[in-house]
Amino acid sequence: MATHAAYMTGTKKLTAGSVLWSWITTVDHKRIGQLYGVSAFFFFLVGGIEAVIMRLQLAHPDGTLVGAQRFNELFTMHGTTMVFLAIMPLGAAFFNYMIPLLIGARDVAFPRLNALSYWVFFSGALLLHLSFLVGAVPDGGWFGYANLTSAQFSPSHGIDFWMLGLQVLGISSLMAGFNFIVTIINMRAPGMTLMRMPLFVWMSFVVQFLVVLAFPAITVALILLMFDRLFGTLFFAPAGGADPLLWQHLFWIFGHPEVYILILPAMGIVSEVLPTFSRKPLFGAPVVIYSGIMIGFLGFGVWSHHMFSVGMGPVADAAFSISTMLIAVPTGVKILNWIGTLWGGRIYFASALYFSLGFIAMFTLGGLSGVMHASPPVDLQQTDSYFIVAHFHYVLFGGSIFGLFSGVYYWWPKIFGKLLDERLGKLHFWLMMIGFNVTFFPMHFLGLVGMPRRIYTYAPDLGWNFWNLIATIGALVIVLSFLVFIWNVITTTRSGAPAPADPWDGRTLEWTIPSPPPVYNFATVPVVHDRDDFWAQKYGDGHGTPPRKPVITPAADPASIHMPPPSYWPILLAGAFFVMMSGVLVSIYQVIVGGFLTLYCMVRFMLEYHHQTDVGPPAGGHH
Amino acid sequence: MRKSLLSRIPTALLLLAVALLLSSCGWSLWDSPMTTVRPKSGFGRMTHEIFMLISWWTLGIGIVVEGALLWVCVHFREKPGQPIPKQVHGHTLLEVSWTIAFAVVLLIFAIPTIPVIFETQAAPPATSLRVDVSGRQWWWEFKYPDLKIVTANELHLPAGQTVAFNLHAPDVIHSFWMPQLGGKRDVVPGRVNRITLAPDEPGEYPGQCAEYCGMSHANMRFRVIVHSKTDFEKWVAGQQEPPVQPTDPLAQKGQELFSQSACVGCHTIAGVSGGVLGPNLTHFGSRKSMGANLMANTPGNLARWIENPGHMKPGVLMPDLGMRGEQPKALAAYLLSLK
Ligand code: HEM
Ligand SMILES: [Cu+2]
Repeated sequence: MATHAAYMTGTKKLTAGSVLWSWITTVDHKRIGQLYGVSAFFFFLVGGIEAVIMRLQLAHPDGTLVGAQRFNELFTMHGTTMVFLAIMPLGAAFFNYMIPLLIGARDVAFPRLNALSYWVFFSGALLLHLSFLVGAVPDGGWFGYANLTSAQFSPSHGIDFWMLGLQVLGISSLMAGFNFIVTIINMRAPGMTLMRMPLFVWMSFVVQFLVVLAFPAITVALILLMFDRLFGTLFFAPAGGADPLLWQHLFWIFGHPEVYILILPAMGIVSEVLPTFSRKPLFGAPVVIYSGIMIGFLGFGVWSHHMFSVGMGPVADAAFSISTMLIAVPTGVKILNWIGTLWGGRIYFASALYFSLGFIAMFTLGGLSGVMHASPPVDLQQTDSYFIVAHFHYVLFGGSIFGLFSGVYYWWPKIFGKLLDERLGKLHFWLMMIGFNVTFFPMHFLGLVGMPRRIYTYAPDLGWNFWNLIATIGALVIVLSFLVFIWNVITTTRSGAPAPADPWDGRTLEWTIPSPPPVYNFATVPVVHDRDDFWAQKYGDGHGTPPRKPVITPAADPASIHMPPPSYWPILLAGAFFVMMSGVLVSIYQVIVGGFLTLYCMVRFMLEYHHQTDVGPPAGGHH
Repeated sequence: MRKSLLSRIPTALLLLAVALLLSSCGWSLWDSPMTTVRPKSGFGRMTHEIFMLISWWTLGIGIVVEGALLWVCVHFREKPGQPIPKQVHGHTLLEVSWTIAFAVVLLIFAIPTIPVIFETQAAPPATSLRVDVSGRQWWWEFKYPDLKIVTANELHLPAGQTVAFNLHAPDVIHSFWMPQLGGKRDVVPGRVNRITLAPDEPGEYPGQCAEYCGMSHANMRFRVIVHSKTDFEKWVAGQQEPPVQPTDPLAQKGQELFSQSACVGCHTIAGVSGGVLGPNLTHFGSRKSMGANLMANTPGNLARWIENPGHMKPGVLMPDLGMRGEQPKALAAYLLSLK
């Protein structure tokens, strides 16, 4: 079986087929990270196109670009795509690529499981988007409230695609979550205690716990919905005495932690970028870590703030109001710690830092409007209005997306061995910043003057025309900013400057190895003494300890490093699973055949190692 | 280049703020008929006060934090030849104090919030006017059980009187929202939710369903007409009368058509039909708008609606009844005669 290393060392000839084959059978965490990244960016563009069509429709009253049905499909797919297929996988791209590098490991704990979670993610995304080909596009909103999504009120297959796709995506996230928990606990380099772990790893660690604790809730909800839709049970049917609010509780018990799943990776990135470019350690790093844990923990206790208008009664409203305000404390503390990091630093303004600063500036605004609707009486006016649309875009776009782009600019040279153009990067930043604010700031006003969300049209005499037009113009500026980014990627890939191992004078382990890293990451597994270990090697730890010459052990002969061999069972297993799940929409026979195929692939997947006598266990672990 | 760009940011932000301020006066930003910041009821005012309190505080905090960020960026930018900065790892007192500061600010928001939560959800006084609201895909029914009146899509209320709304949905979840009068309350099948408020002064206030409820959610609007006490009594008296018989021949033809076609299966007209799937049309001619406040109630609009409702309101549950030519016009004339 040809290994990836064999291609890299040139012992095997590259052909288009063999390159493709090497990508679909790869179990290398770095390549899987790239697969996640490319897919996420692709879906980000898809979700963006959907958003722009919506904005064009709403640019003026009585718009006629798309009809009611199409518009409902657009916001459903836009929300679902952005949350599950753009931001989450972009986070996953960084988990996959960076976590092993940041903790000094050669791979994740379960490399084939990692490949499997990517391919399952891919089939979930495929399943969701097949709905466009079939012409039955989900139209129940990204939170798919029951009982609107019941067979009675949504008879088309659109909701089925949504519910099956989300189930598949959830399974993928769960697998990845367990994998990273085990990786972070078990695979850290010697000396890397939990408190020496880089902040990005910490925030990712919290995210994995949120994933494995929150996704079961939506899985349960989706299974109940599936039973309602396919087998006529009445879990959410008022006609059967059920309460449709059950869905909302289950959904938001998942959905609120999900918001932190989307934001914490960005917070982790920002916590890496700021120290590097201000040349100071993260201010109050333990506090930032604890508040990250706190946010994750409290995130499970605030779900009903999405439900202040459903009539839970004053006691529940008051309790959830207070828990929601509590969560603002660790969040605010983090923001001040980031500013504290910059304070007194020697700040070098690279594009990566611009995006991190943009993150802080915009996320703060999103946080402040969040505190506003933590007060239930105020929320009764704001919920389901454009004020909320403004708020969560400040958090998800101004926060997550800016933060993730910061990571893109920061780690791009490490990942691709090329430096992105800084001038284009800054142009990208400014266009995105301006476009973003022009698009979303007016939505606060629109919400306050009564514009409800999820409307495909509005009357001309309500005073909403002007700001809607402005918002649409802003969206076009955002589009422009992405074109600049894409242009940057294309030109620098063709003729950009090659990146050195440590282009930013970095502080963490990934900068100690070449860009891009070799398959096995670290020729010798590093021994860690500090949170900013590489910095301490270069400059001392700032407490009088002089720079520590890295211990130069003779690099191991790459050929002697065992990396797990490629495997086609992950993609086959995911494919079989796809056949089974999509069979729900086709025929019971496909489900049965797919089920048997899945079972067969699962067994082969499990037994694979027993048939390989020529390779050792997955590399990188210290067992 | 780096420096000049940075130093221009504060000016740019200031200009932006001024522009926004000017524009908000110029286009009288808050004057929309669906504005939430010009409350016209006690309920609305209570929530608005908390909103203003939190707004001022968050505005202040926002300016401090964003200002600090900007200042730091300008002040600590790299200068040539500068040594490596001191590696400061944290400051316990500072971190404890800003944690406490945040907690205190949030307490300032929480303390006025809690009583308002309870006040706005208190049981309505026995003297309230009772209105049963039923939200349906995609229109509203308003029943006054004590007055024996049923209307659709137009809600008439007396100024200064406490109204107790009982909210109920026969199909999916909707949300009852009259932005100028008070916050929204979801209308959930299988439950009866409540909202209690007293409109301050006569006027017309648009309302809208705020919870996505399917294809024509955007078109699930309604109109609230707040009368003075005496006008309200007049309106009640008018509604309690049986509808007048049409005299115009076209309208008479329409009446005949109405009672012979599928219309009667869904619509009630007192003394003519008893359908309940669609809006009650007993005094339809007295309404200002049609199609859930979608358009003015004119003969032309009405005739076009009857000819092809789905054309005006996508997904509408009223079928195309095949009325063509003179028929929709006759029906429109009849319905508009029902004052
Ligand atoms: C070009 C940038 C974007 C524009 C112009 C845009 C615009 C919109 C619009 C117009 C809506 C529909 C609002 C409504 O009527 O309910 C919407 C909904 C939404 N957007 Fe965006 N958006 C953008 C980027 C993003 C990003 C980056 C995210 C990241 C998560 C995101 C997440 C969402 C979500 C979750 C919804 C709610 C969908 C639903 O109602 O089911 N959007 N967006
Ligand atoms: Cu509705």
